[in-house]
Amino acid sequence: MLPQDPSPSPLPASAFPRELFAGAYRRVAFFGGIYSNYLALDRALDLARSLKVDAVFALGDFGAFGPHPDRAVEILRGNGIVSIQGNYEEALSDAAEDCRCGYVDPRDNHYARLSFDYTAAKTAAPHKAWMGTLPRHLRMTLGDRRVLCCHGSPRRINEFLWASATSDAFLRKLLDDYQTDLLICTHTGLHWSRFLEPASGGSAGDGRPAGNGLLARHGRPARGIINVGALGRPANNGRTDVWFAIVEAGDDGTRIEFVPVAYDHARLAAEMEREGLPPEFRETILTGWWTTCLEILPAKERASGRY
Amino acid sequence: MPLDEASRLSGTTNIVFPDVPMLGLDTVWFQVAGSVCNLACTHCFISCSPDNHTHAMMDAAAVEIYLRESESLGVREFYFTGGEPFLNPEMIPILRAALRRGPATVLTNGTLITARRAADLKALSEDSAYSLDIRLSLDGFDAAANDAIRGPGTFVRILEAIGHLAAAGLNPVITVTEACEEAVGSAGRARLLGRLRDLGLDRPRLKVMPLLLLGAEAGRTRAYGKEETLAGTELTEADAASLQCASGRMVTAEGVYVCPILIDFPEARMGSTLAETLRPFPLRHRACHTCHVQGLNCRT
Repeated sequence: MLPQDPSPSPLPASAFPRELFAGAYRRVAFFGGIYSNYLALDRALDLARSLKVDAVFALGDFGAFGPHPDRAVEILRGNGIVSIQGNYEEALSDAAEDCRCGYVDPRDNHYARLSFDYTAAKTAAPHKAWMGTLPRHLRMTLGDRRVLCCHGSPRRINEFLWASATSDAFLRKLLDDYQTDLLICTHTGLHWSRFLEPASGGSAGDGRPAGNGLLARHGRPARGIINVGALGRPANNGRTDVWFAIVEAGDDGTRIEFVPVAYDHARLAAEMEREGLPPEFRETILTGWWTTCLEILPAKERASGRY
Repeated sequence: MPLDEASRLSGTTNIVFPDVPMLGLDTVWFQVAGSVCNLACTHCFISCSPDNHTHAMMDAAAVEIYLRESESLGVREFYFTGGEPFLNPEMIPILRAALRRGPATVLTNGTLITARRAADLKALSEDSAYSLDIRLSLDGFDAAANDAIRGPGTFVRILEAIGHLAAAGLNPVITVTEACEEAVGSAGRARLLGRLRDLGLDRPRLKVMPLLLLGAEAGRTRAYGKEETLAGTELTEADAASLQCASGRMVTAEGVYVCPILIDFPEARMGSTLAETLRPFPLRHRACHTCHVQGLNCRT
């Protein structure tokens, strides 16, 4: 079990409801959408432990896409991972009719429907009730940086923050409105980061996302965004690895590391087949290319995939 | 707006219309070509044509002022429309200036997209960290259907534009209105996607939009009826948030309007600067009914 803040306390008199203050840390791992990929979650926990993080946090969307949704939830709960709601947890605990993913295209919604119906039917009622108790946001400090964790964006649980569609101006406004230095999110399934305002001694963000597995570093005072990606499915790059992020307050500023997770993806695909999940989902797991929910992608992210 | 004006618009008296809140300036539209277009589509809700000078073209300097202002207000994305944006001789520099600040989309009829222009657009896209989307309008599966709306010979020119963009490595979003009835159902949609694949778009993107019963379209089919109004409607928070006027504004050469649809209506002009338009707006216009009931959003 990882060392966690033993008793995260609610942020008193917060201007922002349903937030939890999770404590002060130096080096933290953040898990994005798990999408029922319990095999990758298990491996990611082992990796995070070996990489000596202070704590692990999960940013929602534990179910969807993959098989046996209770297994990922049981790993999270069994390990005491402090978690927030994603749109899936919100929808499952509300007995909603759909996943509230935020898609607009009929083909995207078709596959979202298959995914949600399976997950809703296979998630145990006590887990759904637990999902309803989760906070919407987490706040913490990493060194001298204020951190806000959310699922999509701080203003909307299912807002997509893509690298090529999130302007610096918009990001700056989010950081100002929500009184934070670092915004940590998921929901898109693609990991990226960007720092604003060049600081003396640090390498400045140039508006482009940090590459896969690269270490991004920024001198003080770092302000910016880290989309931690997803453990649930690959990053639409032809690799079967999935990803999480480690953020560290170092002496030389804020450091971000995107960590690839290799896991038994063939086993996951076989279990998906036995569970009757769509072959398109399995193809993504086996090839690393997204096959569904593609229409929501901005032009650049769409162009970098196969489909 | 004075009450009598509201009554005139709504055709009713003593009726309460819901206000849409301004939740944040996510999207800034530019009527960058004014109302001038090289086509005169029979469903155009602002009746754009070669001779319609109701709205003037915007030059790069004017656009720059609003780009800067929108940046200071936390803008997320930009859209450019007209008229036909590529009639604006400064369109490429304007797009370059926008793409320094955020993602941008151009709504075009495609007839001015040559191989050279497609290559220029691809270069702009490559030079920016942000996405550039070209949204291209098509109104039928064949020349007979499309050209009846968009004008003789346009079908072939649109297909050529799609080919130029695809060859340059750009993947336009094809916009089809419900004037093309076949595109509305899932079978028609699948057929259109297949047709686009045949044209070289290996991952075709499609947006189907409802029609607005304004401008030329009001003559082609019908105008809004008296019952098509949001009078007495109570908007939920989610309803309001889904309306584009809750998070966007339209900049024209004549000032800032509430949305891209109502620029022909003086009461929809909200100010000269973006900042002064960040306030609620009463949904008195009949077109507001289309956005609310049919879920129309001009964004991609």
